[in-house]
Amino acid sequence: MHLRRSPAHGAAAEMAAASVAGPPGVMLREIAFAPQLGVRTVPGSASASRIERALGVSLPSSVGETTGDPDALHCVWISPDEFLTIDVSRTQEHGEAGAVAAALDDDRPGAGRVPGQVVDLSGNRAILELTGPSARAVLEKGCHVDLHPRAFPVGHAVSTLVGPVPMIVHRSHGETFRLLPRSSFAQYTVRWLIDAMLEFRTIRA
Amino acid sequence: MTAGRVGPDCSPGHGIDRTAPITVTVDGRPMAAFAGDTVASAHIASGRLSCGPSLYLSRPRGIVAAGVEEPNALLTVDARTPGGPSESMLPATTVEAVEGLSARWLQGMGVLDPLGDDAYYDRKYVHTDVLIVGAGPAGIAAAREAAKTGARTVLVDEQSMPGGSLLSGRGETVDGVDAVAWARTALERLTGQPDFAYMHRTTAIGSYDANYVVAVERRAADVDTPAAPGVPRERVWHIRAKRVILATGAHERPLVFADNDRPGVMLAGAVRTYLNRYAVAAGKNIILATTDDSVYGLLEDLHSAGIAVPLVVDSRPEPSARARAALEATGARGAFGAAVVGTSAGADASTEVGTSEGVGTSADGQADAGDEGRVTAVSFAPVDEFGRPSGDVETAAADTLAVSGGHSPVLHLHTQRQGRVHWDESLAAFVPEAPVAGQAVVGSANGAVSLGVALEQGAHAGHSAAAETGARGPLVVPTASAVAPGPVRPLWLIAAPHGSAAPGSPDRDGGPGESDLGESAASDGRSGVGDSRDDRPGTSDDEDDDAAFAPERWSTHFVDLQRDQTVADVLRAIGAGMRSVEHIKRYTSISTAGDQGKTSSVNAMGVIASLLEDADPASVGTSTNRPPYTPVAFAALAGRRRGELYEPARVTNIHPWHVAHGAEFEDVGQWKRPRYFPRTDEDMDAAVLRECAAVRTTVGFQDVSTLGKIEIRGTDAPEFLNRIYTNGFAKLPVGRGRYGLMCGADGMLFDDGVTMRLAEDRFLMTTTTGGAAGVLDWLEEWHQTEWPHMDVFFTSVTEQWNTIAVAGPRSRDVVAKIAPDIDVSNEAFGFMEFREAQLSNGIPARICRISFSGELAFEVNVSAFYGLAAWELVAEAGEEFDITPYGTETMHVLRAEKGLVIIGQDTDGTVTPHDAGMGWAVSRLKDFIGKRSFQRADTVRPDRKHFVGVLPVDGVTRLDEGAQLIAAGTPVTPEAGPVPMIGHVTSSYVSAELGRPFGLALVENGFNRMGEIVQSPVDGTLVDVEITSSVFIDPEGKRRDG
Repeated sequence: MHLRRSPAHGAAAEMAAASVAGPPGVMLREIAFAPQLGVRTVPGSASASRIERALGVSLPSSVGETTGDPDALHCVWISPDEFLTIDVSRTQEHGEAGAVAAALDDDRPGAGRVPGQVVDLSGNRAILELTGPSARAVLEKGCHVDLHPRAFPVGHAVSTLVGPVPMIVHRSHGETFRLLPRSSFAQYTVRWLIDAMLEFRTIRA
Repeated sequence: MTAGRVGPDCSPGHGIDRTAPITVTVDGRPMAAFAGDTVASAHIASGRLSCGPSLYLSRPRGIVAAGVEEPNALLTVDARTPGGPSESMLPATTVEAVEGLSARWLQGMGVLDPLGDDAYYDRKYVHTDVLIVGAGPAGIAAAREAAKTGARTVLVDEQSMPGGSLLSGRGETVDGVDAVAWARTALERLTGQPDFAYMHRTTAIGSYDANYVVAVERRAADVDTPAAPGVPRERVWHIRAKRVILATGAHERPLVFADNDRPGVMLAGAVRTYLNRYAVAAGKNIILATTDDSVYGLLEDLHSAGIAVPLVVDSRPEPSARARAALEATGARGAFGAAVVGTSAGADASTEVGTSEGVGTSADGQADAGDEGRVTAVSFAPVDEFGRPSGDVETAAADTLAVSGGHSPVLHLHTQRQGRVHWDESLAAFVPEAPVAGQAVVGSANGAVSLGVALEQGAHAGHSAAAETGARGPLVVPTASAVAPGPVRPLWLIAAPHGSAAPGSPDRDGGPGESDLGESAASDGRSGVGDSRDDRPGTSDDEDDDAAFAPERWSTHFVDLQRDQTVADVLRAIGAGMRSVEHIKRYTSISTAGDQGKTSSVNAMGVIASLLEDADPASVGTSTNRPPYTPVAFAALAGRRRGELYEPARVTNIHPWHVAHGAEFEDVGQWKRPRYFPRTDEDMDAAVLRECAAVRTTVGFQDVSTLGKIEIRGTDAPEFLNRIYTNGFAKLPVGRGRYGLMCGADGMLFDDGVTMRLAEDRFLMTTTTGGAAGVLDWLEEWHQTEWPHMDVFFTSVTEQWNTIAVAGPRSRDVVAKIAPDIDVSNEAFGFMEFREAQLSNGIPARICRISFSGELAFEVNVSAFYGLAAWELVAEAGEEFDITPYGTETMHVLRAEKGLVIIGQDTDGTVTPHDAGMGWAVSRLKDFIGKRSFQRADTVRPDRKHFVGVLPVDGVTRLDEGAQLIAAGTPVTPEAGPVPMIGHVTSSYVSAELGRPFGLALVENGFNRMGEIVQSPVDGTLVDVEITSSVFIDPEGKRRDG
């Protein structure tokens, strides 16, 4: 797989150097090559249930909601008929979307083609993971959304801005946020985060 | 002990740490100070009040206030760390004294540090249930009640320590304990709570819709010593609150009389703050002047500190109970129904006061020249109901005059939200009419006149605000004295005493005198001018009366100290026809300086109302405050958005190769795209000529990953595309692509690109780099709003794919090498077809035959992870053909040689497909967006501006992009102007292929001007230009297939 290069490739050492373990620490890493599928379907429709069956996970029903396992396959609500599935437990393969997309093209008798869309978006967004007691404080330097646990509980995910970069912010665990900017923004986002983490690195030192 | 510092027996010194001595330097003069001092308090402690002279008139000035409202004492504080800022225009009353600080007095106007400011500034977003602004007694009471319910509570306060107005007093109690101790204890108890934050040194500067408040935090007293990298010098907080409580206090107003600007004339509250918070005596012999009961606490405190107060001049005809008690206790003389009418300063007087009281001399007894112009004597007189001196003027020696013209609630954050205010006659102040929705105003900001009332308002507001967010707790109201003060008798304008326009300032006598109201306005024995002047009894010959009532001469009655604006200036504005305070402020510049009129705004209204004989300041308007409440450094607002973090740079997976190979980059939207790849010593022209030649003769490759890509699926997708594109897509065979044009409803070109049909119901659309997001929105908008019944979905896959263009006669050889599994012959792989392939290194790819240069060309699409590997494979495979990387500039030249339009460069939203010579791509059979606009009379005109080629006739001059084109022989002299223009150059390059410069242009009636010679200016000279076809090379399209 040496031919692959992830969006934040080359910044791994910098991210590690910027990370601080323990209180008030915060760590940054990239989750590379996780399969991501873009799903367009109207919830409750026949195509939605076919997609859910093929995925093995139900689609979220409202803004902010995620379904599935944050450490394996899970699904993020993007818009009323748009979703993003992410599986952080494995690596993308060629034709990643094929099996689920095929559920929409099922031409067996009694099935038939249904509306909707499933496309491989594994390269579309980078996945950066910010973890630690100060992770929220780092994000609060650039994120307008209320990240207090009462307002943004574990499992919550929204599309918003961090600094000047549009991205999905997903609280996968209590002190862990996954950030999914478009891949072209990954290098800038890493720089931005490392800069915002500086304060916590130096407090410890 | 320095001259002005008093001992612990004389002052509680709430704000200073007497065990932490430090030294600060102003204008090279070292001053002893304590931690907790401001530069202003340290300066007063050193025995001086004088600061820099006034902005325009260069009059001697002194410290007036003790807080952000200070109009005079402005500093430039020197940079203290490498890269740190030298900050200007800082009121000395807000600059905390820290060891080694060095500052210089300013004359009203500073400069931004020309060396820049490399300190670290950032911002933070915070959400809260309850935000309280101000940590005085009302704010703390509110915070206590809100926080104890568990509601998320944020308390911001501009001061370095809690207590607000309590720090200025002494002896007050809350719930039976010392009030300052109560404030500290209350906050200490709250600070452990998880959802409570007390942010000191944090000024709420702006209040915006939906309870969005912006506040600026200064990290520490010693902001210039970096705590550590990444710890900001200042931080801008963006606070969103469900409820906001404003406990912002009040600012005291000065009084307007002759020579009211001398050093030594201070706000009474400030004198009290210096005494009790900083243990500093402003003077040794202090006269008080007031319009209400507020100065009597100061009288008592000064008396206890052993500082002489010979006299209180009180505008009210009778002493109030409070006044009587304080005067009796201290033995000071009270002059009631009286006002200060002037001050004097003089060498003789200075000696007089100095020798008896020690003021005006430094600690070692030497004469101190630093307080030039300081008050040495105060004149006062009885005043009538109009504020006119009505009896004998008396003069008393004093080194300080502490004045109180009343208090103005600090309502900036309230009025920024369009909160209304009304004039409260009994308080002589603007108070909130009603709070803004979701807000409360408490304490003296809300007109509370006693500590007890302020605490009660605060506690109730905190309790209610939390309850409104769903958090409840028992209400506890702290108790304190709630004795109502005596009445107020405001004085807006104190006339100069009879026969003396300005005591002590004979040079000012006569004033500006330009006012056209001068003669008629000042004779009837009243201080009014204006609309009724023609009805006045006799413009008298009586010179004495003129002298007594000549406000046009009152050019030392200062209204705005920072702007050096006086009653005479206000009168001049009125004489010019102004009546509204909003107009007069702009005419005179009153309230527009750095202090934004904190001490002058209401007084200006009072002066205007007096001059117009109106009832009260509200009759001439109210003023609306705009953010920021206090000045903010640009660097703080910029935060981290500077340098490499200024703006995101979007890069493709291939970007590192471009960097490693010396690319010069061009910003296209947020993308960094290689513009050209210069070799040693090449400039852009040379590099582009080389790159163009390579593509035309052998092969080049370009990273075109930034082009927008949208995958489309649906049974109605073909019909949908038919409606979006001007040309037909429904019959496009699977496996092929087609170039399409998009127009807005107005029929004007707005995007173009190639769309490929992946399956019966699946398409892959490409868009321009800059248009990608807009096109996706456009598709969604039409689908969601007009045609929701259509079965079609869109997903942006721009970043899912990296795309490599391989162009030139040898491109087929290169692609054959990298994709050995597919037959790339022209017969097997036709133009506008695509193939799924596996590259020789195993990468899955989709290869298309698309050309944007007219040459044989391919585009290799791979999953973005593989972009760099695929690029390197192409480079390696092309090595034997001397493959050349090329950038956007070369791409632009190549497409221009072929006459291919770039939407947004050669078009500007007024160009139809027909204008661009692409009528062939407009269907006459089907309907599509924009079609009906092509029947408009204007779009069917045959002489619209058309897209044509332009060739400089001399064959060597490159035209300027954007340059105008004119008919040959058109005179261009100014006398003959205006010059009729027939079009402009949209693109201009030097062509390696043509061996000459060429260009593209939009020209009126251009299609019918072929061969015509027109002209265009180059470096000030008109150059002959031939109109040609826009296609310069290979019009037959032979090169396309190799």
